[in-house]
Amino acid sequence: MPHRTAVAPEWRLKEGRYNLVGSKCACGSLYFPARMYCPACKKETTPHKFSGKGEIVTYTVIRSAPAGFEEYAPYAVAIIKLQEGPMISGQIVNSPEEVKVGKRVTPIFRKLTEDGEAGIIHYGIKFELEE
Amino acid sequence: MIGITGYGAYIPRFRIKAEEIARVWNQDGEAFKRGMKINEKAVPAADEDTVTISVAAAKNAIARAGIDPQQIGALFIGSESHPYAVKPSGTMAVDALGIGPEVMVADFEFACKAGTAAMQCCMGLVQSGMIKYGMAIGADTAQGQPGDALEYSAAAGGAAFVIGRDNLIAKILDTFSFTSDTPDFWRREGEKYPRHGARFTGEPAYFKHVIEATKGLLKKTGTTVNDYDKVVFHMPNGKFPREAAKKLGVPEEKIRDSLVVENVGNSYSGSSIVGLTNVLDKATPGEKILMTSFGSGAGSDSFALEVTDRIIKARDLAKKTEYYINNKTYVDYGTYARLRKKLTV
Amino acid sequence: MKNVAVIGFGQTKFGELWDRSLRDLAAEAGMLALKDSGLEPEKIDAFYIGNMAAGRFAGQEHISALAADHMGLNPIPATRTEAACASGATAFRQAVLAVASGRHDVVMASGVEKMTDLKTSEVTTALMGAADQEWEAGIGLTFPGLYALMARAHMAKYGTTLEQISTVSVINHRHGAKNKKAQYPYEITLEQAMKSQLVADPLRLLDCSPITDGAASVIVASEEIAKKLNPVWVLSVQQASDTVALHDRKSLTELAAAKIAAKKAYEEAGLPATKMDVTEVHDCFSINEILSVEALGYCPDGKGGKFVQDGKVAVGGERPVNTTGGLKAGGHPVGATGIRQIGDIYLQLKGKSCNQVKGASAGLALNVGGSGATANLAILGRELRRK
Repeated sequence: MPHRTAVAPEWRLKEGRYNLVGSKCACGSLYFPARMYCPACKKETTPHKFSGKGEIVTYTVIRSAPAGFEEYAPYAVAIIKLQEGPMISGQIVNSPEEVKVGKRVTPIFRKLTEDGEAGIIHYGIKFELEE
Repeated sequence: MIGITGYGAYIPRFRIKAEEIARVWNQDGEAFKRGMKINEKAVPAADEDTVTISVAAAKNAIARAGIDPQQIGALFIGSESHPYAVKPSGTMAVDALGIGPEVMVADFEFACKAGTAAMQCCMGLVQSGMIKYGMAIGADTAQGQPGDALEYSAAAGGAAFVIGRDNLIAKILDTFSFTSDTPDFWRREGEKYPRHGARFTGEPAYFKHVIEATKGLLKKTGTTVNDYDKVVFHMPNGKFPREAAKKLGVPEEKIRDSLVVENVGNSYSGSSIVGLTNVLDKATPGEKILMTSFGSGAGSDSFALEVTDRIIKARDLAKKTEYYINNKTYVDYGTYARLRKKLTV
Repeated sequence: MKNVAVIGFGQTKFGELWDRSLRDLAAEAGMLALKDSGLEPEKIDAFYIGNMAAGRFAGQEHISALAADHMGLNPIPATRTEAACASGATAFRQAVLAVASGRHDVVMASGVEKMTDLKTSEVTTALMGAADQEWEAGIGLTFPGLYALMARAHMAKYGTTLEQISTVSVINHRHGAKNKKAQYPYEITLEQAMKSQLVADPLRLLDCSPITDGAASVIVASEEIAKKLNPVWVLSVQQASDTVALHDRKSLTELAAAKIAAKKAYEEAGLPATKMDVTEVHDCFSINEILSVEALGYCPDGKGGKFVQDGKVAVGGERPVNTTGGLKAGGHPVGATGIRQIGDIYLQLKGKSCNQVKGASAGLALNVGGSGATANLAILGRELRRK
């Protein structure tokens, strides 16, 4: 049994997942992931594309994976401070031993999970350590 | 004049050595390496597939083209390992690359020459003025049956080309295709591994089509092999392209730059075109290149190219193919079998 | 606002309870609490129950009415509260506010979770509902992973060590060994903890609270009813929220919502941190206890590791914490934990705890939801302060 069967939720997230499109407010605040309203001034936001470049602030290595991610374990997940300001959680594609706090990352397009062998494949941006 | 405005390759990081495969199957690894001239092959990570490889190669191609992806009017991915039987790899790729939604997309399949078929279609669309730029990609995460000879060569990788009229890195002077129904290598719908006709894959298949397509191109363009500085043949292993070169009177040093197969294996739809990217990375302006692909079933597409001045600046705008060849981590057979989902429950 | 007291508490055994269903657990805890209060069932005016994920774990929603039904309490108003792992204390706060407002006189606040019917990876996935589904769960994070991210950040910023982090589990197990209702009533050694299997680096198996079935229930009442029943007074209930996603927080090394709730709670109760004779914190992962003692002001920011390592949180130490085993040794049936924490403070203040702190007269329970997006804090005391 796949761990998920709904197709719309991930499709709605495509802009964020594939192209790192977040939000920008007239007040100058930037947000990733995207959100409808600016938490600071409560106004409606507009789309803003992020570069995906940033720095690792903290990380862990997931060894006991959730449903749909078992075949990828162990994998490193980091909180990355994007160069534009916001922080985001993301997988690091390099070998977990190579990951260190402070290392710089660039975005890379990879598979996230599948809704089972016969279900939809979900792709998204992960991060690669910069040379 | 139409040609290549941007090009790029991507090869996954993991490698498995020929002797490691031989160890598990009690075969003579050294004999295979000598005979097939493959030392090791590229293995995709669990989160890589034809789509992710295509996107990585295409990003490099767009960087070298220096264009806004929105100007790309068509995108075709050729592969024999599309993740879906129905839902084109191209649809995920266009969204991931910021192309479209006003874009023509369909997936191609012609064994190892699906990528060059995509190039030819983009050429036609650009030539006719229907599109400004087209993206042609060939990529695969090929599977070899455990214990079979093809396990040593079936690899993962891909290359992408932005085809256009402007800012060419290499002109495509002409193309010629040769196709005939040849049962050398095939895979039925639903089957996990392909089958092949063993020695039948040589003379009646690979050699017949590669040589006839190349001869056809030479005749059409009024050239001989001596008019070309670099030559690229499809690489099912390191032996066949050397033999094809010999048969056509091409000195081995002219195919040297193309022989990526020795260290990354045969990436099927990526094979000849990844070889082409390596040649372009090292080419000098004015050099003429001859490339002939081969796809089982069977057919070959031959191309005559001429490198322009723009190669000097453009090739440094993205990671070179040699970077990917040298950026590697070895895995053992067990890890390889797990990654390639050969251990089924 | 009227004064409110806790007049009864009950809980089921916490553990892997194969022959107990969700409704059985809820009913058992409620009936035990009722019995403890000495009141007739007809006296209960309203019912609140905290539960995080009965829909995912048991396919059962509407558990408010269901639990009331199985205790024979229909037709009183029954309401479910959900704030991830803080669901229990959220139910408690609603119950207290209902009595304080004068609307109801006697209210039952329960918490329940039935988790063990699913496979571990399914439970791990369901628990991620307490995190950001799209950008934490969706990219492959788990709860051990989220707390591991905080642990590493705390270690990098303050020099907190793995020994200090694992010492939390060792002390909580020493406490839990005295608790018959605990899921794991036995001691563990620091070496065992530090050699246990890595779950999400740097956190190991023995840094993580288990998957547990269980229910707990308290009865709260107005001053008028409670004063005759040797009550434990509710001196303060405070609740605060923060961003759900850890990456959206202002700081990765503190439980900001807990800090805010604590400050307001000490003010409301008229008591400082140093008067908390006994404390319950939310050690879903050992690092949380270190973050909690800092958030509660028991020690300065960054000194939580040393505070634990020096044994100050042990019974007999300066500020006993999790005297019955916490979440690690006691078990963590998600929705029930917040009520169980309050109940354990209540028992301490009544002199009836299995691991008694002598002369305990005021205590604090901190229930945290997710990686810190909800913090629910209650201060109980033997003496009522007239304001």
